[in-house]
Amino acid sequence: MAAPPTTPPDVPTLPVATPAVALRGARVSFGDRTLWDGLDLDVAPGEFVTVLGPNGSGKTTLVRVLLGLLPLTAGEVRIAGRPPRRGSPSIGYVPQQKALEPDLPLRGRDLVGLGLDGHHFGIGFRGRRERRERVDAALAAVGGTAYADAPVGRLSGGEQQRLRVAQALVGGPDVLLCDEPLLSLDLSHQRTVTRLIDERRRAAGTAVLFVTHEINPVLPLVDRVLYLVNGRFRIGSPEEVMTSEVLSELYRTRVDVLRVRGRLVVVGAEDHGEHCHEESA
Amino acid sequence: MTEVIERLFSFDGIGGLLAEGFVQNALIACALLGIVAGALAPLIVTRGMAFAVHGSSELAFTGGAAALLLGTSVSLGAAAGAVIAGAVFGILGLRQRNRDSAIGVVLSFGLGLGVLLLALYSGRASNKFGLLIGSIVSVTLEDLIVLAVTSTVLVVAIAILYRPLLFSSMDPDVAAARGVKVPQLAVLFAVLVGLLTAVAVPIVGAILVLSVTITPGAAAVRITSNPAVATVLAIIFAEAALLGGAFLSLVPGLPISGYVATISFLIYISCRVISRWRRSARDELLTPWAGAGRNRSG
Repeated sequence: MAAPPTTPPDVPTLPVATPAVALRGARVSFGDRTLWDGLDLDVAPGEFVTVLGPNGSGKTTLVRVLLGLLPLTAGEVRIAGRPPRRGSPSIGYVPQQKALEPDLPLRGRDLVGLGLDGHHFGIGFRGRRERRERVDAALAAVGGTAYADAPVGRLSGGEQQRLRVAQALVGGPDVLLCDEPLLSLDLSHQRTVTRLIDERRRAAGTAVLFVTHEINPVLPLVDRVLYLVNGRFRIGSPEEVMTSEVLSELYRTRVDVLRVRGRLVVVGAEDHGEHCHEESA
Repeated sequence: MTEVIERLFSFDGIGGLLAEGFVQNALIACALLGIVAGALAPLIVTRGMAFAVHGSSELAFTGGAAALLLGTSVSLGAAAGAVIAGAVFGILGLRQRNRDSAIGVVLSFGLGLGVLLLALYSGRASNKFGLLIGSIVSVTLEDLIVLAVTSTVLVVAIAILYRPLLFSSMDPDVAAARGVKVPQLAVLFAVLVGLLTAVAVPIVGAILVLSVTITPGAAAVRITSNPAVATVLAIIFAEAALLGGAFLSLVPGLPISGYVATISFLIYISCRVISRWRRSARDELLTPWAGAGRNRSG
């Protein structure tokens, strides 16, 4: 998945210091429909970038591009200086929480180990000792050592999500790609998961791209916001982007952003009204 | 009653029988089938493909019946039917919900066709029943070679695809995000399952294939969550059912499938009992992980 051939001549060359994620003039179109165009974004190591936007704005598409599952229609993308590719160890992926089958014959350590080499062929007899050490370390980092040998299907949703974070981090990725990882988790588990992610990016300089509907659970951690609406987008600090003016312009309708006790309440934009009560418990 | 039991369990002259070449062939065939069936069973169970196996076996019956009518090799026809069925199931319904109805549709059509084909066949009746309930006394050296080659192919294929299969069974979306080609893998696995069915049908019969391809796996995942241990246990269970069944059916001369299915079922029930007993013991004792899980879930 090399750089697409249609790179425009005026695209600036990539900077020398390698950002964890670099997008230059990135465009994705499906037929006539362009999801976004001219997207320039550098994510520095250790930076926390939240990707916000209503459904269908191309958040999932961006995730697929970074995972190497979908090529850009135009422009350039680099993960730690290299083009994205399927199963790249430079990227870790945390999906939204989904209950695992109760009878799944898989222990906590097996789930984490799949993040290391689950996409490889073969049974994997070589390097078992090193593999075990890495899996143990990843389990310890998320506080999952106690249920390393427990059947994953019988753990709580929060415990399963911790294991998924460990699964994403076990390969030592440069970028942690989180796709709605807090959805359907209760408040305390949301806090645990965000804390784990925050600790990791501070300790290891892992860049975080956090796709979400709801910014409030991660608001204190966010360095920058990428807000996508119907092909328009804005990148900046939460203070710059999360304002009534900017969001009204993006949504092309009146949107009010209120700050209530350190939380952002967005009124008038779809996908926000339904979430603003979420953390009131 | 005692007459029935005596008829079911008889070992008179078993020593002589065991010295016979055809009996030895039969036992080798059972041992080979046990290895492949056990190796695949936990993955089949994890991926929720019991119905697909059943469908493949019915289509193996159709293929065998067609071969009987055409005068070609029955086992080859059965194999073709099962593999085609596996491929069709894999392609038709990749998602669980669609898959069940797709299998139901293809299965009922295939079974109907098979009944018709069999009715048109005017040869020996025992050939007809062999496909449905299985027969091991007629395993030839040639059959044995075919079985050995197929088993080797299956075991090698599973060894190569093991981790991606496990990954996509756990969570297809994450596996796809990590670069596993989930849809292609699903089709490939369905074909492998078809191949397994094809070698199992002549031995245990189309209607009882599930007892060696599902039950050992379902029993194993009841008592362990370690995927490697589950595979080893499933192989042991499948061997116990097949070799035990073959041994018990020898002197009475009754179909092996009934014995195999019963042993398999008893193993499964035992595993359920063990798992229930263990779970209640664990709830009382609070083993480390259960206790930790509880503390953290708050």
